[in-house]
Amino acid sequence: MLEIAGKTFRSRLFGGTGKFASAKVMKEALMASGSEMITVALRRVDLNDPEDDIMANLDRDHFWFLPNTSGARDAEEAIRLANLARAVGNTNWLKLEVTPDPRTLLPDPIETLRATELLVKDGFVVLPYMNADPILALKLQDVGAAAVMPLGSPIGTNQGVLTKFQVKIIIDQARVPVVVDAGLGAPSHAAAAMEMGADAVLVNTAIAVAGDPVRMARAFAAAVDAGRAAFESGLGRQGPEASASSPETGLDFLR
Amino acid sequence: MFILPPFKSLQKQIAASTKADVKQALVASHAGIDGLAALLSPRAEEMLPQLAARSAEITAARFGRTIQLYAPVYVSSFCTNKCAYCGFSAENKIERRVLSLDEAEAEMDILHRRGFNHILLVAGEAPAKVGVDYLAELARRTRDRFAAITIEVQPLSTADYATLFKAGITGVAVYQETYDPIIYKQVHLSGKKADYDYRLKSPARVAEAGMREVGIGTLMGLANWRAEGLALGLHLAWLRKHFWRTNFTVSFPRMRPAEGDFHPLEETSEKQLSQLLFALRIFDHDVGLVLSTREEERYRNGMIGLGPTRYSAGSCTAPGGYTEPDSALEQFSVGDHRSLPEVCDAIRSKGHDPVHKDWDAVFQAGQPII
Amino acid sequence: MNITVNGEPKETSPNNSILNLLNELEINAQTVVVECDNTIIKQEEYATTILQDGAVLELIRFVGGG
Repeated sequence: MLEIAGKTFRSRLFGGTGKFASAKVMKEALMASGSEMITVALRRVDLNDPEDDIMANLDRDHFWFLPNTSGARDAEEAIRLANLARAVGNTNWLKLEVTPDPRTLLPDPIETLRATELLVKDGFVVLPYMNADPILALKLQDVGAAAVMPLGSPIGTNQGVLTKFQVKIIIDQARVPVVVDAGLGAPSHAAAAMEMGADAVLVNTAIAVAGDPVRMARAFAAAVDAGRAAFESGLGRQGPEASASSPETGLDFLR
Repeated sequence: MFILPPFKSLQKQIAASTKADVKQALVASHAGIDGLAALLSPRAEEMLPQLAARSAEITAARFGRTIQLYAPVYVSSFCTNKCAYCGFSAENKIERRVLSLDEAEAEMDILHRRGFNHILLVAGEAPAKVGVDYLAELARRTRDRFAAITIEVQPLSTADYATLFKAGITGVAVYQETYDPIIYKQVHLSGKKADYDYRLKSPARVAEAGMREVGIGTLMGLANWRAEGLALGLHLAWLRKHFWRTNFTVSFPRMRPAEGDFHPLEETSEKQLSQLLFALRIFDHDVGLVLSTREEERYRNGMIGLGPTRYSAGSCTAPGGYTEPDSALEQFSVGDHRSLPEVCDAIRSKGHDPVHKDWDAVFQAGQPII
Repeated sequence: MNITVNGEPKETSPNNSILNLLNELEINAQTVVVECDNTIIKQEEYATTILQDGAVLELIRFVGGG
């Protein structure tokens, strides 16, 4: 079972709650996905539609809320959002997102590291969204991140795990769980991340905008299970047949 | 802290490995700890050429066709420990010697003139004879001449390691000798070294202090070599997870004739030593593997390119032995008596480049770069 | 007296509490966090926190997000 900051999760598929056509579809899809951890964002209450409340639709005994700091452009903004999330959500868990470039929404490594350190000291359980930079992952771990969330490819690109070499290094080196986030556009992408040994994946858009989000959620759940099982079963090495099956390495010198 | 599973359970895990497990470990991109157990098992013995090929492939990819070279400088044969296997053991009635700083520097200079850039300072464990001040002063005097100055002395505190790092020491070797706590107790009869747990925690202190390199190892001939190999792998993996900035090396010196009448408790053949070496390389692609002059010329030549990445050369294991070559005060007698140029020639003839440095101690933090 | 709520000017009666304001706006107090003049107000203090003229409030809640 996956364990993050002392809490265990059976499902290794984390869900997102954005971009669904309706609250009803969102709830059905999240139930179908089997996800136990879901991300939520923070926004001003729409004073013209005060009933629009995600909390009313989702049972918090079933779903562990992971508030994010989406929209934050630097550490200070992220910390402000973090404190608001803690107050409204009664949780100290946080998906830290610091994305100064509105075009690509790529995470700022320096501000993310700075915010992680400050938030951990303030008692938050921080899961930082990050570019797939192995040294950054280790530094985030060193300042107390509870997990790291490297991106597979930029948000919304549906390109899958383009960062696989770096993600593999992160997985090999990290003491904390590695959650591949962003860019997973198809179940095969999620399976690929899990086969590499990712501890979990986070999928939002690909499920939310599918023609049938509920079936797509099931497809992702199956892919995550398959990928994990393959990883745990031990995959063969891929690549050119560099090591011939009949090696020529002479060991005649041995006595 | 690092906790080792019961030694017997390691032996059981290895013994339970099947031929299919060995094959899986050979085709996996990373063998993992289960893979290491399989590669150390008797099942893997009949596949030694395949192990060698995979090990050679990884070594070439990660280290290129290079062999790093170093030489030891023994600065003291005084020791407060009684260790059954060691020529410097406290109860051995031998003439002992500690080099003055000038004498030690002279030894290092001889090796510098012979072309060495990496020196391993070795001393018996007697802090009153060779302590932190001695080592720091020697490092300060010589750091501008050497790429790497590493030490193999008594374990120290984190603060002491940090002091030595600032003075110019680049790395520390602190071998567990054996990971079997029962054998450990049998052969470490008295002195600070008799404390198994303190010794086991030492490599982490070295890394914590910021040293560039930590060497771990076992003395082959004390306990079951297969289980020692798995213990080394577990220790190494734990250290890597906790100290990602640190470079790690592993040594597995086989017991050599020494003063005293100790005989190895377990014989390890060249084939078995090779299997251990290949298994560790396949388990950890980046770890430095050390093959010292304890091994014979024929074996060391044969192993070039197959897994080891660091060789000692032209070694003398007696304090002052480079200045006075006839000294009889050696810790053990070496198996490869060739000079540095001879070893370099052998390395080149096998298509490899003898490398003398990959760092300069003078760049190290705490030292102004002139 | 005049206050600002989520960027919009609003009028409210003097000595109004945060809890009363939320009720007037038909917002479930359990689901929002109130930031008043850049300070987060604890939920148990909504009833006892009296709004001052010119106060700037942010009412925040969870919404969908990835």
